[in-house]
Amino acid sequence: MLTILKNRFEQGYRTCNYPKEKPAVFSRYRGKPVIRKTADQDMVSACADACPQDAIDVDNKKIDMGRCIFCGTCERLSKGEFVTFTGDFEISTAKKEDLLTDGDLPSLAQHAKQHFKKLFGRSLQLRQVSAAGCNACEADLNVLATPFFDLARFGINFVASPRHADAIVVTGPVSRNMKTALLQTYEAVPEPRVVIAVGSCTLTGGPFSHSAEVAKGLDTILPVDLFIPGCPPHPLTNLHGLLAFFKA
Amino acid sequence: MTQFIPIPSGGRVQRADIPHLPFDSFRTQALEIVKNGGKVVHFFAYEDQGSMKLMAVLRTDRLLAAGCDAPDTYPCLTKACEPFHLFEREIAEQYGIRPEGHPWLKMVRYHENIRKKPDVFNNDYTHDIPGNYDYYQVKGDEIHEVAVGPVHAGVIEPGHFRFNCIGERVLHLEIQLGYQHRGVEALLQTAKPKQLPILAENIAGDTTIGHGLCMAQAVEALASVQVDAGAKIIRTIALELERLANHIGDLGALCMDVAFLAPANYFGRIRGDFLNLSLLLCGNRFGKGLVRPGGVRFSLDDDIRKTLDERIKELKPQVEHVLELIFSASTVRARFEGCGSVRAEDADHLGLVGPAGRASGLAYDARRCFATEHYPHLLIPENAKATGDVYARARVRYDEVHQSIEIIQFLIGKSVDTQPVEGGTQALQALAPSSFAVTLNEGWRGEVSHAVLTDDAGNILRYKVKDPSFHNWNGLAMALRDTGISDFPLNNKSFNLSYCGFDL
Repeated sequence: MLTILKNRFEQGYRTCNYPKEKPAVFSRYRGKPVIRKTADQDMVSACADACPQDAIDVDNKKIDMGRCIFCGTCERLSKGEFVTFTGDFEISTAKKEDLLTDGDLPSLAQHAKQHFKKLFGRSLQLRQVSAAGCNACEADLNVLATPFFDLARFGINFVASPRHADAIVVTGPVSRNMKTALLQTYEAVPEPRVVIAVGSCTLTGGPFSHSAEVAKGLDTILPVDLFIPGCPPHPLTNLHGLLAFFKA
Repeated sequence: MTQFIPIPSGGRVQRADIPHLPFDSFRTQALEIVKNGGKVVHFFAYEDQGSMKLMAVLRTDRLLAAGCDAPDTYPCLTKACEPFHLFEREIAEQYGIRPEGHPWLKMVRYHENIRKKPDVFNNDYTHDIPGNYDYYQVKGDEIHEVAVGPVHAGVIEPGHFRFNCIGERVLHLEIQLGYQHRGVEALLQTAKPKQLPILAENIAGDTTIGHGLCMAQAVEALASVQVDAGAKIIRTIALELERLANHIGDLGALCMDVAFLAPANYFGRIRGDFLNLSLLLCGNRFGKGLVRPGGVRFSLDDDIRKTLDERIKELKPQVEHVLELIFSASTVRARFEGCGSVRAEDADHLGLVGPAGRASGLAYDARRCFATEHYPHLLIPENAKATGDVYARARVRYDEVHQSIEIIQFLIGKSVDTQPVEGGTQALQALAPSSFAVTLNEGWRGEVSHAVLTDDAGNILRYKVKDPSFHNWNGLAMALRDTGISDFPLNNKSFNLSYCGFDL
C-alpha cells in the first residue's frame, strides 16, 4: 500500500495543457513544411529527385503532405533554402487538395461541415481500423489515451464496437485483404458518420503506393472528412486535428 | 558430414562459394543440422535466370548456408522437423512449390503466387477475405468456437483468432493472418535506391530500428561500405531506446489486462517519454529517418547527449519504482504465474526467439551470439528465469529494461563523434554482383533478419525479410492450449507480436 502511495506522489500530475498552451517539442521534430518561393529552380528539381516519396511539385514549388513522410531530405539538401520543417504540429486538413502546400494552410476549424461540431462537439466516439498500418500510427493514436494527452477530458474516446461509434479512424495503406473488413466496419457505424484518415499510407498509399496490394489513398474507397498527415503523425497532430475539426 | 558452409553474419559471400547441392542431400543435411539443435534463420525460394532455387540459412553457434534447385514438388521437411513448418508454407504460397506430406499446408498471407502457377491451397483470390477457409475443427457435444477479428476491439492491427473451446477452456487456438499484406518483399526488390531505406523502416513501425539496421548492414556488406565507430554507438542507443519504449509499453499493458490500472497508466506515459527520446535523436518518435547505409543521418551533438542523459536520469528512478510496484504486487503475480506456459521443448520445436524464447529457456540473444554495431563491446547477460509463463515473459522484459537503461547510460557517458550520411543511395548503387548477405539483429521482439541476393549486374535479385513474429505466433497458439479463454488478452500481450512484420 505504501508503495502504491509513494508511486502516486512521485508520478504527480502529468496532463498537458493543450490546447491552451502548446507543449514544447524537441528541436529536431519536423512539423509543417514551409517553402521559400524564391528558391532556385535547379535546387527545387534536385530536391524533387532526392525525395524518396516523390512528394515535391516542382512547377508550383509545393510539397504534398499526403505523400511526404517528413524525413527532411529536401530541407537538408537545400540547407533550408527551399524547405524548412517547422516545429508546428497543427497540419491537418479537411480537403485533400490542401495537403499540397507551400506552408500556408487554411484554418482547419473553419471547415465546410460545421454541423459536425454541433453533433459531436461534446461527445465523440471513435472506432479505429488498422488497414495494413505498420503500428506506428496505431501506437501514436493509442498514446492519446495516456495521462499526458488524456483524450477523454475532451469527451473523445476510442470504442470497441462500430455500432457505438460516430467516426472511424483509419490507418495504413488499406491492403487488398483488409478492404472488405474496413468497408463492413464503416457500414456498421450509424449515420451521420465521419471518416478520418491518419498517416501518409492512408492518405496516399505512402511508401507502399507502388504496390498492387494496397489502395492509393483512403479517399479512393470512402469519403474522407479529415486528413491527418505524418509518418506517423505526432500525437499532438492527431489531437489538434480532432479538436479543431470537432470542437467549437 | 555437412556440406553447408559457415557464412559470416553481416558479411558478404560470393554466391558461387555457397554449395549448390542435389536436392536430396540438401534436404538430408538441413534436417540433420536442425534435428541436432540448429535453428532455421531463413529458408526461401528465388528465381534465377528462369529457374527456381532454394536457399537455407541455418543457425548453430554460427550461420550455415547451402542451396539447391527447387523441384515443383518435394517431400516436405516439416514432418521430420517442425521448425521448417511455416517456411515451407511461405515458399508454397510465394512460388507455388508444393511440399508433399506437409502436415498443415495452409496459406500464410493469402495472395497469389508470383509465378502464376496453380494455387497450392486452391484459393480463389477474387474472394478477398483471408479468413475464407475451413478452420481446424474440434468436434463434440460441448465444443464451441469463438471467432475474433480481423478488426479487434482495441487500437491494434488486424488478424483473425479462432478458438476451439470446451467451456472456458481453450483446446486449440488457430491464428490466421495475412490481412496486413502489403507486398513488401516485391517492393524491396524493385525499389529505387532512395526508397529502399524508407520501405525497410516501414516493415514494422515499432521495429523501425531493428529492420532499418538489417537493411543498412546488408547494403553495407554488399557495397563494402565502412561505418564509423560513432554511428555504431548511435545505432546501438537507438535500438536500445526502441527496446525500452516497447518493453515498458508491454509491461504497462500487461498491468491493464490484470486490472492494475495505476502502473498501466504510469508506464503508458513513460513509454511516450522514451519514444520522445528517439524524437530527440532524429526528429521521429519511432526512429524513422535515423539509420541509413553507411551510418546515421543525425549526429549525437553534445547538447543532445546532455539532454538525453538528463532525461534518462530523471526517468530511471520512476521506471524502477513502477517496476517494483508491479512485481511486488501479489495480485499481479497470482495472475502472471503459471498462466500460458510454453515448455522449453515446445519452444525449441517452434523455434521461438527473443523474450518469448528466453522466457521458455532458449538463451539465444543475437546481441550476444552475433553481435553487430557496438554490441561486441557490451556484455549481454543470459536470462536464467525460464518458467515459460506470462510471468517469465514479463520478467525477461523487467531484466531487459534495466539492462537497456544501463547500456544507454554507459554509451552516452562520453562524446560520440560521427560523420552523418544522407540517403545512403550511393552505396545502394554499387552493390557487389552475384553476392549474398545475411544480417541479424536482436530487435525488441527477437531476431530480425534480412537476406539479400544480388544478380550478376549487382541488382537485388531477392530480398527476404524475417520478423521475429514469424517464429513466435505459433508460440502464442501453444501458450493458449488448456488455458482459460479469458486469459487470452493477457497471453497475447505477453507476446505482443507484429501483424505487419509477419504479413509483410
